[in-house]
Amino acid sequence: MSIENKSFRPKIVAFCCNWCSYAGADLAGSSRLSYPADVKIIRVPCSCRVNPMFILRAFEKGADGVIMCGCHPGDCHYSTGNFYARRRMTLLFSMLDYIGVENGRTRVEWVSAAEGVKFSDTMNSFVEKIYSLGENVRLGDLRCRN
Amino acid sequence: MQRIGVFVCHCGSNIAATVDVSKVAEMALMEPGVVHAEDYQYMCSEAGQAKIADAIHEKKLTGIVVCSCSPRMHEATFRKAAERAGLNPYMVEIANIREHCSWIHKDMEEATKKAVILMRAAVAKVNLNTPLQPGESRVTKRALIIGGGIAGIQTALDIADAGYEVDIVEKTPSIGGRMSQLDKTFPTLDCSACILTPKMVEASAHEKIKIYTYSEVENVSGFVGDFTVDIRKKARSVDMDKCTGCGVCQEKCPSKKAPSEFNRGLNNRSAIYTPFAQAIPNVPVIDREACIKFKTGKCGICSKVCQAGAIDYEQKDEIITEKYGAIVVATGFDTINLDKYDEYAYSQSKDVITSLELERVMNAAGPTHGHLERLSDGKAPKEMVFIQCVGSRCSDDRGKPYCSKICCMYTAKHAMLIRDKYPDVNVTVFYIDVRTPGKNFDEFYRRAVEQYGVNYIKGQVGKVIPQPNGKLLVQGSDLLDNRQILKEADMVVLATAIEPNPDVRKIATMLTASIDTNNFLTEAHAKLRPVESPTAGIFLSGVCQGPKDIPETVAQAGAAAVKAIGLLAKDKLMTNPCTAHSDELLCNGCSTCENVCPYGAITYEDKEVNDHGIREVRRLAVVNSALCQGCGACTVACPSGAMDLQGFSNRQIIAEVDAICR
Repeated sequence: MSIENKSFRPKIVAFCCNWCSYAGADLAGSSRLSYPADVKIIRVPCSCRVNPMFILRAFEKGADGVIMCGCHPGDCHYSTGNFYARRRMTLLFSMLDYIGVENGRTRVEWVSAAEGVKFSDTMNSFVEKIYSLGENVRLGDLRCRN
Repeated sequence: MQRIGVFVCHCGSNIAATVDVSKVAEMALMEPGVVHAEDYQYMCSEAGQAKIADAIHEKKLTGIVVCSCSPRMHEATFRKAAERAGLNPYMVEIANIREHCSWIHKDMEEATKKAVILMRAAVAKVNLNTPLQPGESRVTKRALIIGGGIAGIQTALDIADAGYEVDIVEKTPSIGGRMSQLDKTFPTLDCSACILTPKMVEASAHEKIKIYTYSEVENVSGFVGDFTVDIRKKARSVDMDKCTGCGVCQEKCPSKKAPSEFNRGLNNRSAIYTPFAQAIPNVPVIDREACIKFKTGKCGICSKVCQAGAIDYEQKDEIITEKYGAIVVATGFDTINLDKYDEYAYSQSKDVITSLELERVMNAAGPTHGHLERLSDGKAPKEMVFIQCVGSRCSDDRGKPYCSKICCMYTAKHAMLIRDKYPDVNVTVFYIDVRTPGKNFDEFYRRAVEQYGVNYIKGQVGKVIPQPNGKLLVQGSDLLDNRQILKEADMVVLATAIEPNPDVRKIATMLTASIDTNNFLTEAHAKLRPVESPTAGIFLSGVCQGPKDIPETVAQAGAAAVKAIGLLAKDKLMTNPCTAHSDELLCNGCSTCENVCPYGAITYEDKEVNDHGIREVRRLAVVNSALCQGCGACTVACPSGAMDLQGFSNRQIIAEVDAICR
C-alpha cells in the first residue's frame, strides 16, 4: 500500500479517559455527530493511565495516528492526572517526531463530557491530518507486515 | 484459557440498522477463547439477560463481552446479570458499538467492520480479565450543602428532616440567596420574602442543621461516603455568641459609602452591616475594606456603642475541618456582566437597569423604598421599555448560547405589577419569542397582555441612546409589522442573562465534578440522573445545574436531598476493585509512585521477599485499596514496571491496542 493509494484507510487509536472524553464521545454518538470509522476508542480510567508504551506499541503494530483525550487541565476527575499526561505526552511526541513519526500523527486534546461537538470536530480534523500524512512506515514492526 | 461468550445487541434498530449484528456474532466465534456468540433484539431486556445467564450456565463461560451501548449506560446492568448467574461481575467487558459506531456511521459495511474490531478488542481484553472483589468503605452520616439560597435551604431541610446532620456553607453574611432579593414571584405574585423567610428560620432553628455563613469551602479530599472538607470561616469581626442583633452599630457607623451588595449597588450601606433586615444569622459583619478602624486605626465607634461587647477587631479567619458522606452543590447564579453590551447604555445611564435591579427598586426595603422612580432624578417614569434576551440565546461570544428561562415570566410579572400599581405608566416589551411553558405560565403572560394592556413588540432593540433631556431613545424593530421603531422611554429594563455563580468553577475543581462550557455542572445522565454529578457522592441542586425558576429549584432540591439520603442511609459502600497493586519482585522502593498518587494511597513497608530463592528484606510500595481510586498515575510513573492497575492492566490495554491495529 503506497501513500498515494486512494484506498488508504488509516488505523487510528484514540485513548479516552472515562470521565470526560469517553463521555464526550458518547455524547457525540447520541447527538449523531459523525466522524470517520477509522477512529477506534480505548477506554482508560484517566489520561494519566496512558503509558507511552501503549502509544509506541500502537505505532509498532501499524497505527497511523494516535490521539489521547482527557479532561480539561484543572478538571481532572482524579485532580492531577492530566497534568502528568500532558507533560509525558509532550516529551513522547517530541521524541517520536525526532525518530520520524511526525507530530501530526500524535495529538493530545482536552474534551469534556459536555463537548460532543468538540469530540467529533477533533476526530474529523485529526483523521483528515492522518489522510494527508498517509501511511506510517517509521515504527512498524516488519514482522507484522505482509 | 477463558471460555468467552459474546452477546451482540440489536438495540431495536439503533445498532442493527447500520451494523450487521449477525456478522459480528459470526466473526466473534473466530476469536481466541470465544465458545459462544449470539445476537438478540434487546440484550438489556429481561429476556436478553436470561440468554446471557443461560449461556453462562450451559457453556460454562468464564468471561463475557456484550456488544451494545456505552458501558456508561449498561455496564452495571450486565455486571449484575453476570453476578446473578454466578460469574464474577468484573469478567464482563462492553464493546460500545452504538455511541461509538452505529450512531455515527451511515455505511453498513464500514460500521460492521468497525463493530467487529471493537468486539475483537473487548474479547482480547476479557481474555486477560481476572475476577475482582470489591472492598467496603464506611459512610459518614452527615451532608454538606454548598450555598445557602433556596436550593441549599430546601435540600438541607429535607435531609435534616430525614434525621441526618447537615451543614450549610454560605459565602455571604446571610443565607437566603437570590430569592431574598426578589420582590414578588411569578405566577402567583406571592411576596418572595414572605415565603422564603419562614424556611430560613426553620433551617436556622433545626437541631440537625448547622449554618456556616460568611464561610467558604477551601479544600475537599476523600471520596463518596468519606469526604474531608476544610471550611474557611471568614473573620466577621463580631462575636456571634455575644451579639444581640440590636443594630445600633450599623446606625452609628460613620462609614456609609460601601455599595450595598444586597441592593445590587443601587445604594450604600455602612461598613458594619447585615445585608438585609431578615438576615439569618442576624449578626453583622465588618467589611474590612470599608471600615475606618481597619483602614486608619482610628474610629472604633461600633465597639464603643455595642452594649454586648461583641465587636472583635482582632478576630481571625478560622479553618474548620469536618467529615461528610455526601456533598450537595447549590451555588446558584448571578446576572452576566453587561460590559460587552454597550449599545443598551447600561453603563452610561442610571435609568437603564437590569431586571434584578428593578426587583430591588420595587421592593419596600429597596433603595427607593418600593417607589418606582428613575434612579437619575427620582422622577416617576411614564414610559418604560423592557428588553428581552440581553445576553441570552446569543450566537456570538458576547453572551450565552442558552435561554435563561426565567426572563419571559419575570418580565411579564414586572410589567403586570407596574401597570397594576401605576396605571398611567405605559409598558412596552421587546421580545424575540415569549416562552412560557409551565403551570399557569401562559395564562399569566396573557393576563399581562389582555388584562393589563402591556404592549409586546416582537423585535430586537439595536440601540438605546441617552438624550440631553434625560430621556432614553430606544431604537428597535417590529418584525411583525416590518418597520423600525423609535421610542422615547423614561426607564429601560434589561432582562439580563443569568450565569452560574463565578465561584462554581473553583468548587467543581475541588470536588472533581465535571462542568460544561457554560460553567453549569454536568449531571450523571441528562435524563435519568439529573441531580447527581458523575462524581459519586456529589449532588446538584438548583441553578448550578442549569437555569430554572423557584418551583423547579425547590423540586430539584428535594430530589437532590433524596439522593443524598439514599447514600447516607447506607452503613457501608462497595468500593471500586479496579485499584493499583505492586509486583513485589519488581518494586525497588523508589517512592516515585507515592509522589504522583493524589490520594496518599501508597505507603512503604519493609517486607521479606523470596526472589527466586534469595530471601531478603526490601522496601516495597504497598497500595491501600480503600484509598486508591484507580486513576493509574502510579502505573505509568513506576520506572520498574512494578505497578499495574486491576481491570485496566498493561497487558489488557496492549491487547486492545493490538486487536485494533491487527
